[in-house]
Amino acid sequence: MSTLKRLWNLGTGRFGILIVVLLVITAVVSLVWTPFDPAAVDARARWLSPSWPHVLGTDNNGRDIASLLMAGARTTIVVAVGAGMVASVLGLALAALGSLTARWIRESIAVLVDILIAFPVLIIAMMISAVWGGSLAVVIWSVGIGFGVNIARVTRPELRRVLHSDFVLAGRASGLTPWQNLTRHLLPNVAPVFIVQLSWGMAVAVLAEAGLSYLGFGAPVTQPSWGVLLSDLQSYISVHPLTVVWPGLAITLTVLGLNLLGDALREAADPTLAQRAPTARTHVPGVVA
Amino acid sequence: MIRYALTRLGLLLLGLAVASALIFLSLRVLPGDVAQLIAGTQSTPEQVAALRESLGLDVPLWTQYLDWIGGLLRGDLGTSLVTGESVAAELLDKARVTVPLAVMSLTVALLIGIPLGVLSALGRRTAGGTALSVASQALAAVPVVWAGMLLVVVFAVWLGWLPPQGFPRAGWNDPGAAFRALVLPALTIGVVEGAMLLRFVRSATLQALGQDYVRTAAAKGLTRTRALVRHGLPNVGLSVITVLGLQIAGIIVGAVVIEQLFTLPGVGRMLVADVAARDLPKVQGELLALTGFVLLVGFVVDLVHRLIDPRQREAS
Repeated sequence: MSTLKRLWNLGTGRFGILIVVLLVITAVVSLVWTPFDPAAVDARARWLSPSWPHVLGTDNNGRDIASLLMAGARTTIVVAVGAGMVASVLGLALAALGSLTARWIRESIAVLVDILIAFPVLIIAMMISAVWGGSLAVVIWSVGIGFGVNIARVTRPELRRVLHSDFVLAGRASGLTPWQNLTRHLLPNVAPVFIVQLSWGMAVAVLAEAGLSYLGFGAPVTQPSWGVLLSDLQSYISVHPLTVVWPGLAITLTVLGLNLLGDALREAADPTLAQRAPTARTHVPGVVA
Repeated sequence: MIRYALTRLGLLLLGLAVASALIFLSLRVLPGDVAQLIAGTQSTPEQVAALRESLGLDVPLWTQYLDWIGGLLRGDLGTSLVTGESVAAELLDKARVTVPLAVMSLTVALLIGIPLGVLSALGRRTAGGTALSVASQALAAVPVVWAGMLLVVVFAVWLGWLPPQGFPRAGWNDPGAAFRALVLPALTIGVVEGAMLLRFVRSATLQALGQDYVRTAAAKGLTRTRALVRHGLPNVGLSVITVLGLQIAGIIVGAVVIEQLFTLPGVGRMLVADVAARDLPKVQGELLALTGFVLLVGFVVDLVHRLIDPRQREAS
């Protein structure tokens, strides 16, 4: 049975896949069609309750909340994919440097990773935005760096384990170059651990976008984003309390989907993992934002 | 043990050195000209030059760094560009809100996470246990800001039991009002962190239930629950200690966001305002203080874990 099929057969995996597919479809559709123009201000349509044609109601500027959410899905994807790419490159580079190089470099990298893991994402974000001001790039870089270190920490021992396995030795003996050995044996064997981490890292990115945009370090207020919408609506919470439900629900469902996808990937890739020591999945350094 | 403690202390000091260098470099080297950045685009070259001199930016970089470290060792975290106040004094002042908030949040998280985590593991085949597990999985995905907003809507707007935001002007001189002001913020952080702790405790308990020593205890006549309480829970407790450091770091970060939401005059809100105002010397001191605290918590947690765990004690 292929990994994908095992994934689909797990309830959590199916939920995760569906959420991610739904998110991507929403973002793609929003490029060509949204019920209303998400930026269109309409003074006569302020604070409409959910009703037809404004299915989720409107905000203080008369903007259609459903359309804003659809357009915001694009920002969410940009952040998740961007942070995921930064984290992958940094994490794999650190893991490779920490296992394939000379002993003193290897050990120094390991100590460095142990130290960097204590840096909360929010602190990295503040370091960047104190200098460059707030932007989506702050979110992408801070989560990418913070989670990249995490990926390195988890992937490095795995890479070292595979490095000392018999099939890699056999590969070397049969005349594979180090590069061939890396691409044929090392990376495919590290991939499951890495993909699981990546899925959780993307969940962190979506959460961080909300928190950092709320603090003013994330997306600019002109950009349709779930985090920005959440902080816009918060000012009116005592008068129109129900409107904050929608962007929050969108964020929570996406994060839940990515978290469960990571859990299911972990189980599908290695069924014995579930019986092993507990992991602190959500205890990624300071990602509560 | 002593040897382990010394090694771990070395790692802590190394961590502080790396953290201070990273914070220093990222705030000074990356942008090009800090003085220009602080002075803004409207300033004249003379103003920028004067500012550069008053900030001590005209001396070589490593001298600036050593000056800063020298000050740190004497307990001087620097001075604010905007107010001219000592950063350390302001931090101590704001900590009177943030530290109680963090302690209250941690209490809520522990009270939720540990008992419910054990319960959801014990009843994993019952409807209640499954419900707990699903609820914690969902709660762990909730953005802290949103959780805070929902609690405000329910307990402040609808029920009117607690203030929606703010902190009494009199501070802790009015202990009742100050405590009430911190209840909703602490509940927000505590519930979200507690949900994450619950998941961890649950899997640690499940693991303990599958261990030979619990089975042996059950075989010699103890009930499953008593076997778990007597032999399993001490091991669960040990695992919990290892994540406690991360949990405290998470609470500190959560406090930054939540102080903003509830307009509490704490360390987090000050830091956010300073970052927005680009008060770089102050941000530098505050970030190092926060990172240093996180590193210190990790150090203490590791030592305590080592002291308590008999297996580790014997190994050293």
